[in-house]
Amino acid sequence: MSGLTYEQSPTTEGEEISNYTINFGPQHPAAHGVLRMVMELDGEIIERIDPHVGLLHRGTEKLIEYKTYLQALPYFDRLDYCSPLAQEYSYVLAIEKLLNVEVPERAQYLRVLFAELTRICNHMLNIGAHVMDVGAMTPNLWVFELREDCLNFFERASGARMHSAWFRPGGVHQDVPLKLLTDIGDWVDGRLPELFGDAMSLVTDNRIFKQRNVDIAVVSKEDAVKWGFSGPMIRAAGIPWDLRKSQPYDVYDRMDFEIPVGTNSDCYDRFMVRVKEVYESAKIIKQCLAEMPEGPIASEDRKVSPPKRAEMKQSMEALIHHFKLYTEGFHVPAGEVYVATESPKGEFGVYLVSDGSNKPYRCKIRPTAFSHLQAMDFMSKGHMLPDATAILGAIDVVFGECDR
Amino acid sequence: MAKVLHSAPRYATNEGVRDALCAALGSMVVDSIEEFGEIVITVKRESIEDALRLLRDEHAYQQLMEIAGADYPSRPERFEVVYMLLSLTKNHRVMVKVSTDEATPVPTVTTLWPVAGWLEREVFDMYGVMFDGNTDLRRILTDYGFEGHPFRKDFPLTGYTELRYSEEEKRVVYEPVELAQDFRSFDFTSPWEGADYVLPGDEKADVPPVDDPKVTEKPSDTGAGAKADEKAEEKVSAGAPAEEDTGIDTEAPETTEDQPDRKASEGDVHDTKGATKPEDKE
Repeated sequence: MSGLTYEQSPTTEGEEISNYTINFGPQHPAAHGVLRMVMELDGEIIERIDPHVGLLHRGTEKLIEYKTYLQALPYFDRLDYCSPLAQEYSYVLAIEKLLNVEVPERAQYLRVLFAELTRICNHMLNIGAHVMDVGAMTPNLWVFELREDCLNFFERASGARMHSAWFRPGGVHQDVPLKLLTDIGDWVDGRLPELFGDAMSLVTDNRIFKQRNVDIAVVSKEDAVKWGFSGPMIRAAGIPWDLRKSQPYDVYDRMDFEIPVGTNSDCYDRFMVRVKEVYESAKIIKQCLAEMPEGPIASEDRKVSPPKRAEMKQSMEALIHHFKLYTEGFHVPAGEVYVATESPKGEFGVYLVSDGSNKPYRCKIRPTAFSHLQAMDFMSKGHMLPDATAILGAIDVVFGECDR
Repeated sequence: MAKVLHSAPRYATNEGVRDALCAALGSMVVDSIEEFGEIVITVKRESIEDALRLLRDEHAYQQLMEIAGADYPSRPERFEVVYMLLSLTKNHRVMVKVSTDEATPVPTVTTLWPVAGWLEREVFDMYGVMFDGNTDLRRILTDYGFEGHPFRKDFPLTGYTELRYSEEEKRVVYEPVELAQDFRSFDFTSPWEGADYVLPGDEKADVPPVDDPKVTEKPSDTGAGAKADEKAEEKVSAGAPAEEDTGIDTEAPETTEDQPDRKASEGDVHDTKGATKPEDKE
């Protein structure tokens, strides 16, 4: 394995100074999961990094091939377990694109609302973890309270804190109570900006935080494009690319929000892009709450989305549809699509191949962290060993998604 | 195409893009389809690098977002490698495909995008597709020392080895997979829609029809007609017996013999219950 070679330095004068190789992870608190990095160091300067991923590989894509379309949905919660609904979003849209099924307006608003709530939830974790990676404890504890709030909202909507499985082909699974929407509204107006503002006031202008992040891992625009960056990583590089804006899905085209862009393309910019995104997400949430119409929350096409239970008690047809959908599942026309959405971490894509049966023939998941982590080597080159944790924190990597 | 009802991501129009790209790629194109709002161009395997370079430099598809493998075992070249390209300036996506088999390598595109390195490694790891020119074609997602290519359709879902921590050896040991129960795959597809098995009792449904069916076109074919009617008239059956009330009540016949009355049974045994009573009850 080339990563473990013991290279000789060309130093002369009889002294033989050689680089040495250390093993970072897979059980390391700053590795954000199970990442193993074989690092070649020259003193304390990183010469080369060989990230070993795949320690959390569960063969999700293979498992999906053996499940019906609906049964495969919960696997997406378990990819990036920090932003579960955002992963479901791509998959659900891919199925809808193949089926060409219309989603009612209320369902579209609900999905956008909860996708943005997921974004806040994800950024709370990442911002907290990034800050903690470079030495600050308090902000992490504060933003985790907000994350807890988000999870409580998910629980009230779907019954599950993390693995919601709430987005369904054709809409969402259940309607939300009005009280939940008003509570989200109050939270976005009150608790979120207060607590988040407090926590960020400790960090954004903090001298130590800036010393650890500013000018670390600067990536040029060209490199960001070449290395397949997306999400906050490409925006921090100064490219205003956001799929919610450029390739809108559901009702994102009606939303009024800004795309924060970095100027310096370093770890600090990546962090600040995420901080600003939280406020933009809050704006979208408010807008959704204000504009959300009444109406059905899932497609009326009974060949795709199941009927209500009350209807099943009255109608034989409804009972048959329910039975068929939960045993055989729906059939998807043969064809292939690649659908990508703006997950909190970047472009999360699903390449779905259907052979016309009730199970996907192939479901390739495009993780965000995979390409970002690959750039770890060139981003870290020439930086100090402790910078590796800052760089990793700014990538926002979750291994459930990276390894699949 | 039918009216777009779904709300999946909407990017720049596909109008004319397929023709323009096919014209630009010229003889490199094998096939191209536009379906479900996606443009998929299949190119010759040898020219994938040139094709993608052309798309990147001349047609502004700057980003390679993903390389996906897919396995179609029934085809002569069973693997497909699909490149997802994204244009940031034109706000458009296109998929480019090549097909290959186990032995034939695909030219690498790491020369165009460094991100292709890991993406190609993943396709190699999962499907065993070789990439010619990729200098770092190691396994990436599977375990150290893993054998086989798990996403091939002929690789079982459960795999071949399982591992556990052995208390005796104080380390993780690899063992052949042993399942308490086989993987259960339920077939829910309804029998009237594409099931390829015969339900019990349905065997006769598919029996081919007789070439020369026996038909009865005229009434005479059935043996009916005036002649038959005449013949039938000759046979006059007897009338039904008249039902007259005789006015006599039929009574039970008198006994023909004089039988003595039976003796009353002796003892306390009157039925089988007593007879079957165990003697040694006490």
